[in-house]
Amino acid sequence: MNFEHTEDRRMLADTLDRFISEQYDFVQRDRIATSDTGFSREIWEQFAELGAIGALFAEDDGGFGGAGFDISVVFQSLGRGLVVEPFLGALIVGRALAAAGSDEQKELLAGIMDGSTIAALAHDEPAGHHELTRVATRAERRGDGWVIQGAKAVVPHGEQAGVFLVSARTSGEVDAAEGISLFLVRRDAPGVSLRGYRNIDGGRAAELTLDGVSVAADALLGGEGAGHAVLERAVGYGLLALCAEAIGAMDVAKDQTLEYLRTRKQFGVPIGSFQALQHRMADLLLEIEQARSAVINAAAAIDDEDRVAREKVLSAAKYTIGRIGTRVAEECIQLHGGIGMTWELPLAHFAKRLVMIDHQLGDEDHHLARYIALGQGAGG
Amino acid sequence: MDLNFTPEEEAFRSEVRQFLQEKLPTRMSEKVKSGLRLTREDMAEWHAILNERGWLANHWPQQYGGPGWGAVQKFIFEHECALAGAPRIVPFGVNMLGPVLIKYGSEEQKQYWLPRILNGDDWWCQGYSEPGAGSDLAAVKTTAVRDGDHYVVNGQKTWTTLGHYANMIFCLVRTDREARKQAGISFLLVDMNTPGVEVKPIITLDGEHEVNEVFFTDVRVPVQNLVGEENKGWTYAKYLLTYERTNIAGVGFSVAGLERLKRIARKVQRNGRPLSEDPSFAARMARVEIDLENMKTTNLRVIAAVAGGGVPGAESSMLKIRGTEIRQEIFSLTRRAMGPYAQPFIEEALYEGYEQEPVGPEEAASAASMYFNNRKLSIFGGSNEIQKNIISKMILGL
Repeated sequence: MNFEHTEDRRMLADTLDRFISEQYDFVQRDRIATSDTGFSREIWEQFAELGAIGALFAEDDGGFGGAGFDISVVFQSLGRGLVVEPFLGALIVGRALAAAGSDEQKELLAGIMDGSTIAALAHDEPAGHHELTRVATRAERRGDGWVIQGAKAVVPHGEQAGVFLVSARTSGEVDAAEGISLFLVRRDAPGVSLRGYRNIDGGRAAELTLDGVSVAADALLGGEGAGHAVLERAVGYGLLALCAEAIGAMDVAKDQTLEYLRTRKQFGVPIGSFQALQHRMADLLLEIEQARSAVINAAAAIDDEDRVAREKVLSAAKYTIGRIGTRVAEECIQLHGGIGMTWELPLAHFAKRLVMIDHQLGDEDHHLARYIALGQGAGG
Repeated sequence: MDLNFTPEEEAFRSEVRQFLQEKLPTRMSEKVKSGLRLTREDMAEWHAILNERGWLANHWPQQYGGPGWGAVQKFIFEHECALAGAPRIVPFGVNMLGPVLIKYGSEEQKQYWLPRILNGDDWWCQGYSEPGAGSDLAAVKTTAVRDGDHYVVNGQKTWTTLGHYANMIFCLVRTDREARKQAGISFLLVDMNTPGVEVKPIITLDGEHEVNEVFFTDVRVPVQNLVGEENKGWTYAKYLLTYERTNIAGVGFSVAGLERLKRIARKVQRNGRPLSEDPSFAARMARVEIDLENMKTTNLRVIAAVAGGGVPGAESSMLKIRGTEIRQEIFSLTRRAMGPYAQPFIEEALYEGYEQEPVGPEEAASAASMYFNNRKLSIFGGSNEIQKNIISKMILGL
């Protein structure tokens, strides 16, 4: 039993934290997060040079990490800096490629790791609401290739992505696990259209429409109809990443709120001397430590071959993070009072990110229901 | 980062399991698992079994008869005992007074009292709380006035757990009424057979006699029963309260309680199907199970820090709060699982040897009384609100 990170991981975290504090302060972050592109290509390439993307992948796939704790260390640092660059898409699409890609398809990995290729997962649909098995988008064979028809919802960095990992149904009912296939679709393929917009917590996303998009046979990732298992594994890494990111954001939100309680005076004394506020802060501390334990459990379980055991731990973590992240956000705003409502206060942006993490890859309710279903022998 | 125990620690776990399999009487574990009330003889018997193996005083150093375990071993031992349904070690002599005597007692006191604790010659109880000194423990009013070779003790203690079984009580008494609150307190060992000591039962809301009031009227206590120095008792009292809290979360109890709850929920029917498949109840169970899984890791993190040379400080307050909340939630769900059958109060069924047909599910007899009894968890040992004060001061710096 040992809860210390290895020397290599501590160094990686230190490097990232230093880079973020020097190059990604609040003013810079706000400029990037509200920019037309929704993130900075220049910063993204610098992250790549630092090895922050490569750390998410195993050596066999051209990276130099890839274990659960590599992913959690990187994303925790990103959470501390509210980094909006497209790490999540790189991780999910990259891990799907690494797991199921042909040798040719895997060539995409180098571009993802050096920052030149922006990749995005396009799975959720307007009526889908996080369910991994629910896919209404259809792909039909035409000649040697496929034609894809459907719509994907809130695709992170959709306008800037060069390649999408699209889930489409090649057979079966709309909510069946069987019959889902995964396709690599290029941004410039005819029939791909995007409607981009800002996200409330910074960065941008897009509605993706696939209107008779023709792709060649080599766009199919993995076996026909066998995409669910690949998707579940890849999204699992995304769940771990989001949970770790939330821990980073919670730590900063807590520190900033504590500082405020110590310095803000009302009735002639620091407001942190009031027991009503002290107890709320003690509750938050306790919850954050429970959330940290959930992420440690998830990082330790991410490569467990026992599907039910692994997915239960991941859903437990995302449920925990959803519940606690939202609570931390709401409490930190409340403990700041009026100033917590302002755009100029960094804390407000940490709060927004924490709440929005619950809206990515399944919220608290979704993952509680999934945890129960997995325990009862069902669950997709 | 590695969440697994070492091979040595796993070997130790096997050793503990084997011991429990061989030595823990089934009669006893059945009682514990079904929530039946234990007798004085049950508790004394379990102490003797542990003592024979040298595992009773597991917080004591080897030179005084402890096994010399580290934090991880203690955790594994306590965890396995809870899972097996072993009775709780009665903590007052072994886990509370023992460490205080070892650190602050005189050589004579150690030589005399420590073996008697191990052998069960004395049954100790704790004289801390008073009617006017609960969370504000330093407000104790019981006085001890020096008179030659004796102290004369007058006052009242309350919430004295198992005081009706005890022959000895360690007390916080005021020896200097002029000094600041904490400064005038001494730590005194009192023979309960001395004239002037009177024990009166307090019946708790579940109908159980577990706690007592203890009255002292001109009780003469030999001065050699003073531990450490006069008026330094607060230091010893605090040491006792913070001593060894690696198991304060009670994770083992919660794991055992949750397993039992899940068995019940699979068996009990609600509207024609198992309660475990009722979406609302399943969600409640899942929430507490996830919280418990997180708690396990939080607890291990604190233990790893201790094993690495740290001391569990205010972190144990976090474990106490969340650990007791989880345990209470499991008792609450077990009560809910009984539906209308939580209502019948058949007290005889809470004792060994009740042979009549149970009313409702067999677990119903103890469900509500255990739930009510365990509301104490968030009150005793420093209420959860006091723990939040400690976190606020010691960790948050507010």
